[in-house]
Amino acid sequence: MKFSQALKMAFMSLKGNKMRSFLTMLGIIIGVLAVTLLISIVQGATSELTGQVEDLGSNLLISQITSPKDVYLTIDDVEELEGVGGVDIVAASKSSNATAKAGTENEIATIEGVTEKYDVIMKLDMLNGRFFASMDVEAKTQNAVIGHELAMDLYGTTNCVGNSINVKGKDFTVIGVLEEADSMITTTDNTVFIPLLTYQRMFNDKQLGAIYVSAASPDAVDMAEETIEEFMLKELGDEDYYNVINQSAILEVMDKMLGIMTSLLTGIAAISLVVGGIGIMNIMLVSVSERTREIGIRKAIGAQKGDIMTQFLIESVVLSVAGGLIGLGLGIVGLMIFEQLMNLDLALTFGTAVLAIGFSAGVGIVFGIYPANKAANLKPIDALRYE
Amino acid sequence: MIELKDIRKTYIMGETEVHALNGVSLNIDDGEFVAVIGPSGSGKSTLMNIIGCLDIADEGTYKLDGNNVNSLSEYELGVVRNKKVGFIFQQFNLLPKLTAFENVELPLIYQGLHLGERKKRAEECLNKVGLGDRMDHKPTELSGGQQQRVAIARALATEPTLILADEPTGNLDTKSGKEIMQMLVDLNKEGKGIVLITHDQWVANQADEQIKIVDGKIAVHKDKRRAAK
Repeated sequence: MKFSQALKMAFMSLKGNKMRSFLTMLGIIIGVLAVTLLISIVQGATSELTGQVEDLGSNLLISQITSPKDVYLTIDDVEELEGVGGVDIVAASKSSNATAKAGTENEIATIEGVTEKYDVIMKLDMLNGRFFASMDVEAKTQNAVIGHELAMDLYGTTNCVGNSINVKGKDFTVIGVLEEADSMITTTDNTVFIPLLTYQRMFNDKQLGAIYVSAASPDAVDMAEETIEEFMLKELGDEDYYNVINQSAILEVMDKMLGIMTSLLTGIAAISLVVGGIGIMNIMLVSVSERTREIGIRKAIGAQKGDIMTQFLIESVVLSVAGGLIGLGLGIVGLMIFEQLMNLDLALTFGTAVLAIGFSAGVGIVFGIYPANKAANLKPIDALRYE
Repeated sequence: MIELKDIRKTYIMGETEVHALNGVSLNIDDGEFVAVIGPSGSGKSTLMNIIGCLDIADEGTYKLDGNNVNSLSEYELGVVRNKKVGFIFQQFNLLPKLTAFENVELPLIYQGLHLGERKKRAEECLNKVGLGDRMDHKPTELSGGQQQRVAIARALATEPTLILADEPTGNLDTKSGKEIMQMLVDLNKEGKGIVLITHDQWVANQADEQIKIVDGKIAVHKDKRRAAK
């Protein structure tokens, strides 16, 4: 018997049982849908997160300070680090939450005192106006740079340079508005930046919250890390008073975690495909016993074992591959929806599509073999007598 | 040429052994029309199944056209069923989801013939049984007599030398039954060998030879032609 004939027979028999065929496929449809969605979303999120961390700069080192009140660093101490031991530039910050007011509007915002190089190290982009100059910090000016969302909430526009903003009863002049941050890790959208010394005076707080250091080159990161560790230990006198976070170390950990998540989710999705395959096997077994007489007739008029085997195997593979294709189609539609909802760049890679279809075809073959073999091995006379 | 020698077939039904065939020896020449009659349970269907290679005898030898069937592989038995034998059953045994044409075409598909040849032969056979205008009908849209005629067309499609008919008129009214019998008689005149199983004496009388089976053994063997001589 020719393959095209076997294919035609399989299609006819599946068409004759539309509802059952659809329900059988449903397991594979859902499995493939899950595989494509999960893998693509995790891949999308991974590249997004990795991209953002890389945007921050793999040269970046952050040291958070948690020392008691009487143990503190000054800006001058910190600036000594610049150009020493693999360190390029340094910035410092301290933040807290307070109400920001403009006219009748008010919002709870993060108030962050920063030094003038903060924007360079953290790669902040200005939408309007400018960031602080060293003069702003030294002279303790009442200038502020605000986040995108805060500008919209307070002024209804981002063209608000020159307007005044009130923080904790003090008036500041807005000198710059930041671009909308598209990072999932940190956000500056709802922040009022003010010069660090202004902040310290206003909140009567000599502490620094964190210092930010960029290494001279990616190769110098380890050296810079050592330099900071030494410096912090010398200045603060206790290892418990600070930590040093290495951006590339974070990246590695994140990569590892996302890798684990990918295999975990793929595993779960693969399990659902296997469950779908069991569904196919179940229905094929029912189909074989329902069609015992048909098999007997076919054998009586000359069908060979291989013909019957091929016919049933093709039926299960057609079921699983059709289910796989429908699942893939739904997955693509689903990804488009998620792309809109999550504001992520999600693309179904060719590899994922091939994997999903290949896996479902494999499921069809593996779970189709037993029923097909059972059908093929029926003795013609027993099959014919079957009522 | 069918040569059966001391054929035995035993079924185990629960704890009792049923000797369906208990030493049957029989020769049937090409082109002969033989009727096998006997009460139900006498083993006549088992005999037909063995002749048609649907079943294998436990003991004894069966030679079909000189080949020992006992030594044929499963594949070769399939080829015999496909090419040498055409079956006609009491319940017609057509595939309900296929049209008359597709049912007749099916054995040719298993032979691996290409579409043009299949179409030509299937149409020829359906025309021969007078159903040229019903080719696209499904079995459920045909009367019993018409269904049996489709089955005959299917049996003829592969141009076998032997037709095996198991109670072909058993599910038909008298008129359709007579038509089917006439068709078989005509086929025999064209040279087809026919082995027919029945418990209807009138049907059996259409054949040249009558073999009566009782309790798995040949009880009476009547030959009309020899009697006439």
